[in-house]
Amino acid sequence: MSAVLQNLVNQPYKHGFVTEIESDVAPKGLNEGTIRLISAKKNEPEWLLEFRLKAYQKWLTMEAPQWPNIKYPKIDFQAISYYSAPKPRKKLGSMDEVDPELLRTFEKLGVPMHERAVLAGVAVDVIFDSVSVATTYKQKLAEVGIIFGSISEAVHTHPDLVRQYLGTVVPIGDNYYAALNSAVFTDGSFCFIPKGVKCPMDLSTYFRINTQESGQFERTLIIAEEGASVSYLEGCTAPRFDTNQLHAAVVELIAHDNADIKYSTVQNWYAGDENGIGGIFNFVTKRGLAKGVNSRISWTQVETGSAITWKYPSCVLQGDNSVGEFYSVAVTNNYQQADTGTKMIHLGKNTRSTIVSKGISAGHSNNSYRGLVRIAPTAAGARNYSQCDSMLIGDQCSASTFPYIQVRNNSAIVEHEASTSKIGEDQLFYFAQRGISNEEAVSMIINGFCKDVFQQLPMEFAVEATKLLGFKLEGSVG
Amino acid sequence: MIYQNSKPLLEVRGLRATVNGIEILKGIDLTVRSGEVHAIMGTNGSGKSTFAKVLAGHAAYVVTGGTVAFEGKNLFELAPEERARAGVFLAFQYPIEIPGVANNQFLRLTYNTVQAQRGKDELDPLEFDDFVREKMKLLEMSPDFLDRSVNAGFSGGEKKRNEILQMALLEPLLAILDETDSGLDIDALRIVANGVNQLATKDNAIILVTHYQRLLNYIVPDYVHVMESGRIIKTGGKQLALDLETHGYDWVSIEQRAAAGV
Repeated sequence: MSAVLQNLVNQPYKHGFVTEIESDVAPKGLNEGTIRLISAKKNEPEWLLEFRLKAYQKWLTMEAPQWPNIKYPKIDFQAISYYSAPKPRKKLGSMDEVDPELLRTFEKLGVPMHERAVLAGVAVDVIFDSVSVATTYKQKLAEVGIIFGSISEAVHTHPDLVRQYLGTVVPIGDNYYAALNSAVFTDGSFCFIPKGVKCPMDLSTYFRINTQESGQFERTLIIAEEGASVSYLEGCTAPRFDTNQLHAAVVELIAHDNADIKYSTVQNWYAGDENGIGGIFNFVTKRGLAKGVNSRISWTQVETGSAITWKYPSCVLQGDNSVGEFYSVAVTNNYQQADTGTKMIHLGKNTRSTIVSKGISAGHSNNSYRGLVRIAPTAAGARNYSQCDSMLIGDQCSASTFPYIQVRNNSAIVEHEASTSKIGEDQLFYFAQRGISNEEAVSMIINGFCKDVFQQLPMEFAVEATKLLGFKLEGSVG
Repeated sequence: MIYQNSKPLLEVRGLRATVNGIEILKGIDLTVRSGEVHAIMGTNGSGKSTFAKVLAGHAAYVVTGGTVAFEGKNLFELAPEERARAGVFLAFQYPIEIPGVANNQFLRLTYNTVQAQRGKDELDPLEFDDFVREKMKLLEMSPDFLDRSVNAGFSGGEKKRNEILQMALLEPLLAILDETDSGLDIDALRIVANGVNQLATKDNAIILVTHYQRLLNYIVPDYVHVMESGRIIKTGGKQLALDLETHGYDWVSIEQRAAAGV
């Protein structure tokens, strides 16, 4: 790889600072006592403690999946602290009482915690290590019946709703990391859009890992009742440490009849340095249940960070005519590894799904798309279209595609397209011969490559994602 | 056309270059003045395309000797993109495909980059659209070229037209057309040649790198150079191309060897 390409991909990580704040950190290690401690700190009802303990018992019998195309040392679960919360000075009454150090942290990250902030019009729930520290626009949303805030709080304010839906899309024993999350999850966002309500603004959660030896295990639950719709955004960053932090989240979405949930992520966890030291291990289970007729669940993700990404945002298309979508850009550089994709499970009649995956590999990284399209016998008239494109930058990286297709209904139509391309010296020379610098050329090629996905992102996010990719790949070409 | 007292645009002296350590150019001398059209002919492997790429600054070619002055300045001090902005244009023998990048976006970026360099106004997308459509008429190109990805899935002829369209947009001082005629049917050849002829002025110069005399029926050169083994072994007027067509490249080689007493 030439020097120009090198410089292009190797922009420093801009969110790598640590916030000096006094935190309440649980001792390292995982056992029943840890779980009881978390539950007690959150003053949880008995049923939730039982949910956790059951998940923990299940987890003990399970093993980490070996099938992903990633390599990492065995994670020592006893070396992790499962709870870390900034110590509040007092009970918070309003945003103005949030610790100024925290406000500064999120301001530095560009996350508006003041409702009058530039990004007005987006409600934000801010998660710092294990706890939600603030939610904006709560009042305004409550006026139309929308519940939006931290899940810990919802457990107390809307216990029936949480209990009714928690673990219904991702059961506690779904997979190794989901079981772990179900046992030790600390906070996350909860969002409920009542019948017929179109959410008047984008909702957003911003996740920040700050403590070196803590893991982040958040849990997000979004429910859209009949005819409701919501667009939800998620952003993530973490400081630069030379050790790996574990992030194992679970996100569950439920869309009832005619409901529409759009979930967008820009994941920019710290990815480790140019030698592959440090970075977040990101093992995430995201699944949406398109439960009702004509419901729609759409995932858009831009994955640029993490040392390891293991993530398959999926749709279970249960309702007749329901629609599932997955739009993804996954960028890996240096020694990053990503095994990411989706599952589209067609159960209902005339269900439709679209998968557009764009993988970009640079440096020594390894980027895999893994996807499952399953058409059940009940899914008459189901349709799927998948497109998986990989782009290689330089000659030390790799890209793989693992599409699984299972069709058990003759009337289904399933299409799969794939391509691999490379930003080559010749392309850059061609641009240069027309007066265009290597940096501009790479940015133009990458943006062209990701266009179909970026179009799906909400405006502010699309701008952010384009910039992020520019930084990320700066120096990787040439 | 040869003009009295026109200034030298390109002066090549003793140019040597290697690729993968093998010497391809072994001492080229050539002077091109504004307004002139030069044809460089020769067999496969004689070094014609290498010469074109060395002038444009392709990284795979290493200059090992000699000098090249462009408008009196050392060309090798400029990076490839700087040479392009200074007015050196290479129409590629095999134009590169760039999937995902829309042709109109690409054309506008290159146009505006060169305009900015010349201290001229850049065009916004709407202005540019009008401007480029006008230029496309010259090459009888259909407007749907603009929405397609750069060269991706283009036929050989479409790619070559796209190259000449870029030449029309950028108005280079020196245009090097590397085997622009290869892969063109007779109609496309006529259109492309007609486009090139309309772009020739007294202020710019054109180097045609070609295998066959065919193209020279349409674009009439002022000078014809025959290249062999990395050197220009014979230079003449347009008649030379016709003689080559009749007698073959061997004829020049034999003649040269005889003259050299080999």
